[in-house]
Amino acid sequence: MGYLGGFLVTFRQHGPKNRVTTQYSGGRMFRRKKRNAKKMDVKIEKPERLHGRHVLNRYEDGMEKCIGCELCAAVCPAKCIHVRGADNNPTSPTSPGERFGWIYEINYLRCIHCDLCVEACPTEAITETKMFEFSFTNRQDAIYTKNELLVDQSGKPQQLAWEDWREGEDKNTSGWMRATSASGDANFTGVVSWSGELGHGVRPAEEKSE
Amino acid sequence: MIALDPLLVDNLLWVPLIIVLVKVLVVFVVGLLATMLMVWFERKAIAGMQNRIGPNKTGPFGILQTLADGIKLFFKEDLFPSRADRFVFALAPFLSFVPAFLAFAIIPLGGDFRNGSSGEVTLFGQVTRIQLADPPIGVLFALAISSIAVYGIMLAGWSSGSKYPLLGSVRASAQMVSYEAALGLSLACVLLLAGTLSTSGIVAAQSTITEWHFISTGIVPFIIFLIAATAELNRPPFDLVEAEQELVGGFNTEYSSIRFALFYLAEFMNTVTMSALIVTLFFGGPQPIAIGDFVFDIPLLPNALEGTFWLLAKILVFLYMYIWFRATLPRLRYDQLMDLGWKLLIPASLGWFMLLAAQRLARQNGWNIVLVTGASIAVLVICYLLMQAAFAKSARDRSTQGTMF
Repeated sequence: MGYLGGFLVTFRQHGPKNRVTTQYSGGRMFRRKKRNAKKMDVKIEKPERLHGRHVLNRYEDGMEKCIGCELCAAVCPAKCIHVRGADNNPTSPTSPGERFGWIYEINYLRCIHCDLCVEACPTEAITETKMFEFSFTNRQDAIYTKNELLVDQSGKPQQLAWEDWREGEDKNTSGWMRATSASGDANFTGVVSWSGELGHGVRPAEEKSE
Repeated sequence: MIALDPLLVDNLLWVPLIIVLVKVLVVFVVGLLATMLMVWFERKAIAGMQNRIGPNKTGPFGILQTLADGIKLFFKEDLFPSRADRFVFALAPFLSFVPAFLAFAIIPLGGDFRNGSSGEVTLFGQVTRIQLADPPIGVLFALAISSIAVYGIMLAGWSSGSKYPLLGSVRASAQMVSYEAALGLSLACVLLLAGTLSTSGIVAAQSTITEWHFISTGIVPFIIFLIAATAELNRPPFDLVEAEQELVGGFNTEYSSIRFALFYLAEFMNTVTMSALIVTLFFGGPQPIAIGDFVFDIPLLPNALEGTFWLLAKILVFLYMYIWFRATLPRLRYDQLMDLGWKLLIPASLGWFMLLAAQRLARQNGWNIVLVTGASIAVLVICYLLMQAAFAKSARDRSTQGTMF
């Protein structure tokens, strides 16, 4: 066919057989079909390591993990994090230790979800959820402050009005993936293990991949 | 003015005036609707070719997506770059948008052209056409208007005061001006056979498939026209004007809000208009498909309205073709674009036009047509060889002496 063969290639792609994207759930069409709405309006299960919206975690006793060290802001390639630390009140501390994160803001119009802040954090205070379906209608809403990022006392992220949270999506949001052994133990090198999570314990490590 | 429409022959009365105004309104609304549906159709069809779904949320099958996009663009921030020439910057989108609609005015949108009928219909006791205007200069008007559209793109790039838009508009003006020659020459073949410039006259001359002139205009001029029209529309594979990978967004990089929407609208409107023009010139416009005496007639529909149906069906084929081009062909390099235009399309269309003209002259004067055709082809072959020799010489000179610039 020579030059014209390419036209056949594109023409043959028509139809649902070759389609790689799936129908995105939700929206008007699903709301109207009342009977099947529950069954059809289901999101695809997301990969375990997906980078979504951030959360600021707490310890088991309710103390905040963030110590206001600003390492996340320093490492951020998009410069979307603004942190200022402050001294803890000795009588009622916000976080264990001397300092706590006093201001914590992430601008989601800039964030590229690279997860470098999560890797930089020395206390595992900031982690990423698997929720990326959020659409704000003004620029103020795009800047998440500490009030919005902080998890509640049971370790669940806050569900804001413009975010599309579903059943079970708020689980396993504070786990931090350890790709290599922290102590240099050869048995753990290359093993993907997870840090402890408030309210969920520790996820089992993945199979060692060689 | 008088010949634009049979309505306007006598004294202007209220009824003809109202009919003309209604026709203006209908053409405008149909144009906008066609553009809206074209954007949707393009996104849906190209999504199919790229194994995607395409817009599917707004309205049934996502058909209202363009409307939603338009409303969104309306409410977006209207930015003027600080180094822009404000007046020209504001003017340019309209220079691009208005010609797109003007060219649609001369397309016959329906009417009964069968068996030599003139395509005129009677509305409220007035004889008129289903066509906004039928000027005697017809097709020339479309060419003139499409040349004006170049100014919109050129001024947009120039007045932005920024380098990528300027590069895009320089490319645009060179491309559109050089392809206009091939466009005009291939169109001249059709005009030569139809013997008239008016679009309704051309349609009336193509009543059956045998009169579509498949051999004389259906192969060489049609293919050249199709390629040149794609370049004229700045559609892929000739979209160097807005080559995203090289020029950000091309001439409209600095535009936002409704001004950008006007450019976008004009681009798709031009696609619809150009498809309608191709159908009018080469495939009989609102004529039903007829082989000899047999006509594919749709029962229960008046012949005038059936014309509209046939026109839409034929336009749809070409709209799909443009989408198909976009999904299949990679963008040309700029020198390839110029080579194709100047070294292939213009000589080919000029040669074919001369051949047809010689044949016509032979028929008029009663000369031996086989002899004339043979002689013409021999002359054309000699011209082709001379041209190739010239190209080879210039390529040799370039390699030894370098280019002039």
